[in-house]
Amino acid sequence: MAQHVHAQQSATTLEHPVIGAGQDYESITEVVSEIPLGKRYPFGWIIGLLIGLAGLGALQLAIGYLLLKGIYIWGNNVPVGWAFDIINFVWWIGIGHAGTLISAILMLFKQQWRMSIARFAEAMTIFAVACAALFPLLHTGRPWLAAYWLFPYPNTMGLWPQFRSPLIWDVFAVSTYATVSVVFWIVGLIPDLATMRDRATSNVKRVVFGALSLGWRGSARHWHRYEVASLILAGLSTPLVLSVHSVVSFDFAVSVIPGWHAAIFPPYFVAGAIYSGFGMVLTLAIPIRAFYKLEHLITMKHIDNMAKVMLATGLIVAYGYGMEAFFGWYSANQYERFMLWNRMTGPYAWSYWLLIFINAVLIHVLWFKSVRYNLKYMFVLSLIVNLAMWLERFVIIVTSLHRDFVVSSWDMYSPTAWDFMMFGGTMGLFITLFFLFMKFVPMISIFEVRTLLPEAKVHVPHGHDTHGSGH
Amino acid sequence: MSAEQLDLNAIRARLAGTSGPQYWRSLEAVAETPEFKEFLHREFPANASEWNDPVGRRGFLKLMSASLALAGVTACTVQPDELIVPYVRQPEEIVPGKPLFFATAASLGGVATGLLVESHEGRPTKIEGNPDHPASQGGTDLFAQASILSLYDPDRSNTITEVGQVRPWSGFVGAIRGALSAQATTGGAGLRILTETVNSPSLAAQIQQILAAHPQAKWIQWEPTTRDNVRAGARAAFGEYVEPVYDFTKADVVLSLDGDFLAAENAFGVKYARAFASRRRLDTAPERMSRLYVAEATPSVTGGRADHRLAMKASQVEAFARAIAAKLGVAGITGGAPAGTDAHVDAIAADLAAHRGTSLVVAGEAQPAAVHALAHAMNDLLGNAGQTVSYMATPEIVPSEQHAAMRQLVVDMDAGRVQALLIIGEANPVFTAPADWKFADALQKVAWRAHSGLFYDETAELCQWHVPSTHYLEMWSDARSIDGTVSIVQPLIQPMYGGKSPHEVVATLGERAEQSGYDIVREYWMTAGATPAPAAAPADAGAPVATPAAAPVTAAVAAATEPAPVASPVTFEKQWRKWLHDGYVAGTAAAAKTVALAAGWSAVPPSAAPASGVEVNFKRDASIYDGRFANNGWLQELPKPVTKLTWDNAALVGPRTAEKLGVANGDLLSVKLEGRTLEVPAWIDPGHAQDAVTISLGYGRRRAGRVGTGVGFNAYALRGSGSVWFAGAEVAKAGGTYQLVSTQDHWSIEGRNLVRSAKLEEYKANPKFAHEMEHMKLSDGLTLYPKWEYSGYSWGMAIDLNTCTGCNACVVACQSENNIPVVGKDQVANGREMQWLRIDRYYAGDIDNPDTYYQPMPCQQCENAPCEVVCPVSATVHSAEGLNDMVYNRCVGTRYCSNNCPWKVRRFNFTLYQDWETESLKMQRNPDVTVRSRGVMEKCTYCVQRINSARIQAKREDREIRDGEVVTACEAACPSQAITFGNLNDPNSRVAKLKADPRNYSMLAELNTRPRTTYLAAVRNPNPALPSNPTVGGHHTESHEAASTESEH
Repeated sequence: MAQHVHAQQSATTLEHPVIGAGQDYESITEVVSEIPLGKRYPFGWIIGLLIGLAGLGALQLAIGYLLLKGIYIWGNNVPVGWAFDIINFVWWIGIGHAGTLISAILMLFKQQWRMSIARFAEAMTIFAVACAALFPLLHTGRPWLAAYWLFPYPNTMGLWPQFRSPLIWDVFAVSTYATVSVVFWIVGLIPDLATMRDRATSNVKRVVFGALSLGWRGSARHWHRYEVASLILAGLSTPLVLSVHSVVSFDFAVSVIPGWHAAIFPPYFVAGAIYSGFGMVLTLAIPIRAFYKLEHLITMKHIDNMAKVMLATGLIVAYGYGMEAFFGWYSANQYERFMLWNRMTGPYAWSYWLLIFINAVLIHVLWFKSVRYNLKYMFVLSLIVNLAMWLERFVIIVTSLHRDFVVSSWDMYSPTAWDFMMFGGTMGLFITLFFLFMKFVPMISIFEVRTLLPEAKVHVPHGHDTHGSGH
Repeated sequence: MSAEQLDLNAIRARLAGTSGPQYWRSLEAVAETPEFKEFLHREFPANASEWNDPVGRRGFLKLMSASLALAGVTACTVQPDELIVPYVRQPEEIVPGKPLFFATAASLGGVATGLLVESHEGRPTKIEGNPDHPASQGGTDLFAQASILSLYDPDRSNTITEVGQVRPWSGFVGAIRGALSAQATTGGAGLRILTETVNSPSLAAQIQQILAAHPQAKWIQWEPTTRDNVRAGARAAFGEYVEPVYDFTKADVVLSLDGDFLAAENAFGVKYARAFASRRRLDTAPERMSRLYVAEATPSVTGGRADHRLAMKASQVEAFARAIAAKLGVAGITGGAPAGTDAHVDAIAADLAAHRGTSLVVAGEAQPAAVHALAHAMNDLLGNAGQTVSYMATPEIVPSEQHAAMRQLVVDMDAGRVQALLIIGEANPVFTAPADWKFADALQKVAWRAHSGLFYDETAELCQWHVPSTHYLEMWSDARSIDGTVSIVQPLIQPMYGGKSPHEVVATLGERAEQSGYDIVREYWMTAGATPAPAAAPADAGAPVATPAAAPVTAAVAAATEPAPVASPVTFEKQWRKWLHDGYVAGTAAAAKTVALAAGWSAVPPSAAPASGVEVNFKRDASIYDGRFANNGWLQELPKPVTKLTWDNAALVGPRTAEKLGVANGDLLSVKLEGRTLEVPAWIDPGHAQDAVTISLGYGRRRAGRVGTGVGFNAYALRGSGSVWFAGAEVAKAGGTYQLVSTQDHWSIEGRNLVRSAKLEEYKANPKFAHEMEHMKLSDGLTLYPKWEYSGYSWGMAIDLNTCTGCNACVVACQSENNIPVVGKDQVANGREMQWLRIDRYYAGDIDNPDTYYQPMPCQQCENAPCEVVCPVSATVHSAEGLNDMVYNRCVGTRYCSNNCPWKVRRFNFTLYQDWETESLKMQRNPDVTVRSRGVMEKCTYCVQRINSARIQAKREDREIRDGEVVTACEAACPSQAITFGNLNDPNSRVAKLKADPRNYSMLAELNTRPRTTYLAAVRNPNPALPSNPTVGGHHTESHEAASTESEH
């Protein structure tokens, strides 16, 4: 029976399976848990962490000076009231989307290939949201007040936030998203944390993992509750994938500014978010699988699938560009037409055409299997896609604002060193968090990946508990 | 009681240790005394019963008054040791929180403007025009508006010094008496007094008394940008010094020969702007609209209002004037039109000739005497004298040819004939005298040199003695305006830095050296009484008769005649109080003179032919005048009306000349004149005459203060005695660039209908032309919600684009009223200027000679405000009277409101722009307006503090707010009355009537934000016989788009 299932499984994914050959329960548990439990601190990991810490230091400096001086240290002005701050916010939030998509939507669709990348994609989501959340707070003139005035809390003055403002919707959308993502991630970690607890050799790790695993014993009741919780959280997260970036897009779509005021924004933003999110997953996955020799868990099949998602969402985004241009022309509104003309021929035309080149032209290389299966190409492409999606927000925000209705207030925007430092700093924060995650948390879901094994698929009458918490 | 007595002594003892200049700090310190804390503690329930107890109440009041009175209400002076009277009983007229207004006057360039100054608890905070003043009629210019900041300038000099050593006033008096006594034997042959143009009768009388006592001494009046040409032109034409005073209300056709009569920096701009606007307003018959021709080199605000503007070199204007005069048939004048102006000469001459008695020819100050004489002759020929132009005594008391007098002074100094020189005022000759005279070298040959001025400037630096002068808001004086009307200048505050007024400084040369300014001025007027200006017209000319008590007396100003006593002290006291109250001395207006062209006037030889090469023009600066306002941050940051440059001057060049020289904005030009070279960045100024550059004067100050030192390029270093206004120069591109900062980079209006204009004929045919320029007509059914009904007031504003001259007075008035900070050049460069009200400038037509349109842009106060819905914390909300209010306390600074504002009128405090450190500036601020902090958005509020103040008054009197009772700061300052504010719910209000005007339109109406600020479209009145630039607002390429938009919706 087992042989039969195995043969069937191999047949479907004969060429590029979602799990490498020759794996069994023990080997998977061994290879994944070795990283957090082992005493090895690889040189490459230390260097990476140091780079992250350096960026984190820069972030602290940038935030410290910002709090001291105000956003005057940035390049924002009137008319360009938002620039790097909101570009970076939207960019990071967008990146976060891949994690939720992988862990929630693909889970509901029973896409097994998601299992080995879900854990770190979710971690990526949480860290990206953490980076993103810094910007809306710190870009305000008085962050020490914005930190709580934007939340509805009862107060003696009877003041509430202004619920018609998309920025308030943002606050709810992003905080909900962050909360659900964190809960989902932690719940998903519990069985593996218990594995860590059981396999830990040092007392410290045993105590820490023991506490974090919340008394998980792997009983059938536990597994039942776990499955229900996962399903509920996946159900909660699924609409969030669509809603969060829709709400973020309302920041622009609700305004009256040509280039912002567009009904196409919500779907176009969501597609862009997933596109950039998968780009970032690839950027992370390709080096990690090589460094930690996880090629048998994150296989070429994963790379291929992610590339296909990128191609699909990238084409939606490119369609969005086309529709934006079409509506601008078809509106016969001279401000809309000028906005487009200015994007295409104005002082920031380079950003628009670079964006179009990447997202509407270059992306077509993903039609070719030879590209999708070439790790070098895919890695470079994933970086380019991240750049392009950053540029997209630059084009939307800066080129729309810098020349709007009244000609006299037209002006140019140029970022300062502090703008770059703040952006680079959030990357430092992201890298730091991610490197700590890689070392101290099982970055691949052991128990889920084990279900991919042929053994897990055997439906033997006596085998009620096909899951094991590892021995 | 005895215990409380001890407490008071303790407070007094504590205060004795503090010094006055630390006033504000000491207030805080005193507020923290145990006594004061005790008072605060007792104010509330525990000891409230004390109030009813007679003994306790008295103690309570004593304690309170002592705490507050001793805390330093005596402003900036050191607390006296003697017994002082506590503030128990409220002084008459002072209600804390309610401002008082005092009438006074400010003089600039020898002409006074009548002012009302707002004072809060003894601090002057805001300048308004005096509506009763016969000459300025309530208008003010930007310099008057900004002068309040100069009063509180922390860089003003504050001690009398002798070669850097601090000296007491008595030390200076001793020194000057010593210098004077050395002159006693020679009749004052070595004594010179150098002042600005003096328009103060009492000061002139004082000086003339001194000259009488020292017959060999000399008095030199010096304005760096002298009006010598006006005086010399009048003398050439009429044989005497008279001031031509124009009446634009009667002028149908005006020809300006390089005359920038509307500009604030030129004398009487305020008066003329108002009069000129009255013929451009169109609220009466459109036939009354005047037509203006301007021939000039540098685009000016007057050129911007012209129906036909000819760009020509300043040196060509004379030939142009001769050609028109010859065409008109002025006797003895011949001359052909300069190349390319034949058609204009014919058409203008015909237009002038067709309007005999209602035409007017105006010559500019920069033009040589011959052009002024030609203008006088043309006005004479056209029968305009007595109609559109009248001739009056000059506003300066003693007219003189200042350039020649100054030249003589330099020669005398060089020759060692000057032993003592007293320099008074802001003329700053070391900085401003023609470069070839080497004034600084000559000055140092004078043995005894003293300077009295507001600042320790370049001139003070080279004088042994320096006496800080008083600001006009700190001193007693008097000042004559253009029509001869005298205002008594009364102080609103004690001299902040112990300054001495010019009267007091000059008095040290006389018999009563220590006489106070108050006594000097009062004494003068006690004897002089109110009389018309000197050498006044015959009695039948309709000179206003003085108050009955003041019997007519002979001209008192000329010191040679002995003034007779005119009134008893009691009557005088009554009169004096009335003069102070009214802000002017009734009956002092000069009567028009009847003058006739002198025989042989036309023999004035034509000036030398225009120099070949590039002509360099020097102008007063539109922001900092002749350099005296260089340390005024409001003015430095003010975008200049035409170029919108801030914080710098530049070599303005036309587009073609720039092309020829191979320069772009900011490229350095090397300008070489008579062997002197100045490197100055180029700025392309559409409409500038070709082969000419213009550099404004006053920049490049070496010793101006923390704001003005080292800003811009010193054109005085280039300007010689032979090139006071313009001269041929060598101009070439120099290497390198310099960052010039302008608040508006884009010239074109991009075919948008922001500003709308039509020619007069088009307007007559279709008064609603502006409505047809809408991109998209809105229907009423756009929203499901009913319109909000305003039951009470509903505020709104209308701005007439046809009368706005772009002069900037409103911008500075707004800055002053609303505590708007100055941000500095680097921040303006980054697009972070803070002025709530800006004036947009657009060009239309030929880039070499475009039409210019100005559009003041305050908050539009939209009914459906895009800013309000996007604020996450409700920091900008709609008021029940339709205002779009900012709640600074609530603002967290997301800047979303600014992004979503189609007009971009919101301003953000990117950092702490307000100066919270400088003590003196704290006193300047308007206490009715919040001083905004970092991270907060701000914008125009329609001066909501003024609305509320009027509302309180109206409620107390149980009535509605009257139309015109609320006057916004910009409206109050506007010399041409282009801005009207009021209640839209009152159909009889001025603003409601203007909104019903067919020219009234909303900007960006298609966005359906329903702005409360609307504009009255501009109308130009070009001569059909001449080509003119196209109008703006949707007639041309964009009209197709507008049409297609309408058809598709």
